[in-house]
Amino acid sequence: MTDMNALQTRMETSTSGADFSSSVMTIEIGPAHPAMHGIVRFTTHLDGELIIGMDPEIGYLHRGFEKESENSKWIQVIPYTDRLNYVSPLLCNIGYSMAVEKLYGIEAPRRAEFTRVIMGEISRITDHLTCLGAAAMEIGAFTFFLWFIKAREYLWELVEAMTGARLTTNWTRFGGNAMDLPDGFLHDLEDRLSKLEGIMEECDKLLTRNKIFIDRVKDIGAISKEDALSYGFSGPMLRACGIPYDVRRADPYSVYDELDFEIPVGSTGDCFDRFLVRMEEIRQSTSIIKQAADKMPEGPFMTDERMLHYPDKKDVYGNIEGLIDHFKMVMEGHSPPAGEIYMPTEGGNGEIGFYLVSDGSGDPVRVRLRPPCFNFVQAMPLITVGHYVADIVPIFGSINMIGGELDR
Amino acid sequence: MGESINPDEIKAEQETMELTALLKQKFPKAVLDFHSHRLDETVVIERDSLEKVCRFLRDDSRCAFEIMIDLTAVDGLEINMNPRFEMVYHFKSLTHASRIRIKVPLDEDDCRIASISNIWKSADWYERECYDMFGIIFEGHPDLKRILMYEEFEGYPLRKDYPIDKQQPLMELKEIEERHKYGREL
Repeated sequence: MTDMNALQTRMETSTSGADFSSSVMTIEIGPAHPAMHGIVRFTTHLDGELIIGMDPEIGYLHRGFEKESENSKWIQVIPYTDRLNYVSPLLCNIGYSMAVEKLYGIEAPRRAEFTRVIMGEISRITDHLTCLGAAAMEIGAFTFFLWFIKAREYLWELVEAMTGARLTTNWTRFGGNAMDLPDGFLHDLEDRLSKLEGIMEECDKLLTRNKIFIDRVKDIGAISKEDALSYGFSGPMLRACGIPYDVRRADPYSVYDELDFEIPVGSTGDCFDRFLVRMEEIRQSTSIIKQAADKMPEGPFMTDERMLHYPDKKDVYGNIEGLIDHFKMVMEGHSPPAGEIYMPTEGGNGEIGFYLVSDGSGDPVRVRLRPPCFNFVQAMPLITVGHYVADIVPIFGSINMIGGELDR
Repeated sequence: MGESINPDEIKAEQETMELTALLKQKFPKAVLDFHSHRLDETVVIERDSLEKVCRFLRDDSRCAFEIMIDLTAVDGLEINMNPRFEMVYHFKSLTHASRIRIKVPLDEDDCRIASISNIWKSADWYERECYDMFGIIFEGHPDLKRILMYEEFEGYPLRKDYPIDKQQPLMELKEIEERHKYGREL
């Protein structure tokens, strides 16, 4: 930052007639650039290689999620939430379903909640693996990327076994999940987690104390606690600044209050701290999954409350109540009672919050998603100005921008 | 559309909420309504006192809302809400582990409200998004322009009277325009 101030003073106080402004070059980074994680444009102003100004432009992936949701039935929104975050779709599924459950004032059965914790944490791990792997690859650590993508593949096969899809999961429902754990899932899970732990150990040795890597990320893109709070940061980005705010702990939802885990925090809020926080969160999530698998209760995975789940086909064809319920649910959809709620959940990137307004009919009045990386991209000028062009790559990598939820 | 929101039903779940009481005591004239549906503490205040209330929420040690979590609007055209628009703010306090929702009713003819981007930086982009989607003017905002849609876009897409299937003509390619010399943040 001091470099930038010096340059500005130099420009303003110049009396020699030298035109310093001509030394300022404006280049566009993006919208489509190999080191961009989504489609976003940074208009960057440079003095030599020093960044003295930046203007982010977003909206390239805007597809009207909120408008589309408000013109759908409540249940039809679930597939749209898959597409919000395309590296951890299940976390958005869970966030939305829990929000509608809060609107109803009901809770899913315990088996469903434990399964959601397992699948949610698997998604958090895949989110972090993708973020760290890609960020490390962009600054030269290609092996690390391949190893992490291999680990991610083990977990995505679990997601596939559970939901039938890798990305378009569409797995949760209001008051439970669409499917129960498949046969042998927990045994398979244990096996894959131990493989993941092996990979984590190897990669930790490869990068965490690697001088070339540390030189690229240490003291780069740091942000102070005060700025991070003012910019509305959450998730690993905020925790890297030393603030232990995690929605799973701060506003416990689901069954997270029964599970034992720690919240890793950094100190300086630079790219290296964000790397370390995410690495530790992968380990913590692994431990959460193991605890949830041990405690997995028997019982139903979907509520049997009337007008919340579609009646069994046996009832639809067998008795008139079932048939009428089925007809009303298909034609009118779920009708949560009138009211408004805000449901925060911890996504891979930070706080995913759904603000829903219902008028008691089957059509949502307002479906609002609070995207965590909106704030990070807004803060890009603050954390890049004063660094060099080459530093944009590790900084942007550590932000883990997801176009799907940023632009909605 | 079906039944509209019944305030009595929501009031029935009312519990005595500390923050609501504090705000009512501090700004007796500004607080129009309050409820805590599903334990989400909500206070409805009048438009002109928004900035004062926000400063109080951030700076007073009994509130200490460090993070402005979310800012959005609701268009109540189809549920016959009067006035038509409602601004919705969500705040989070880490010190007291509490949350609060502030709502401000806005008239359709006078969609203006004070910007709070000088209190929380995160409001800057959220207000731009709200302007982009609902056409609400934030007075005192440093650079109120569209953020998700393009500049030539006509209308406000999240308003209920904007048809979902409306098409707008494609724009011609533009010359690279003159920008502010060193970006907005300098």
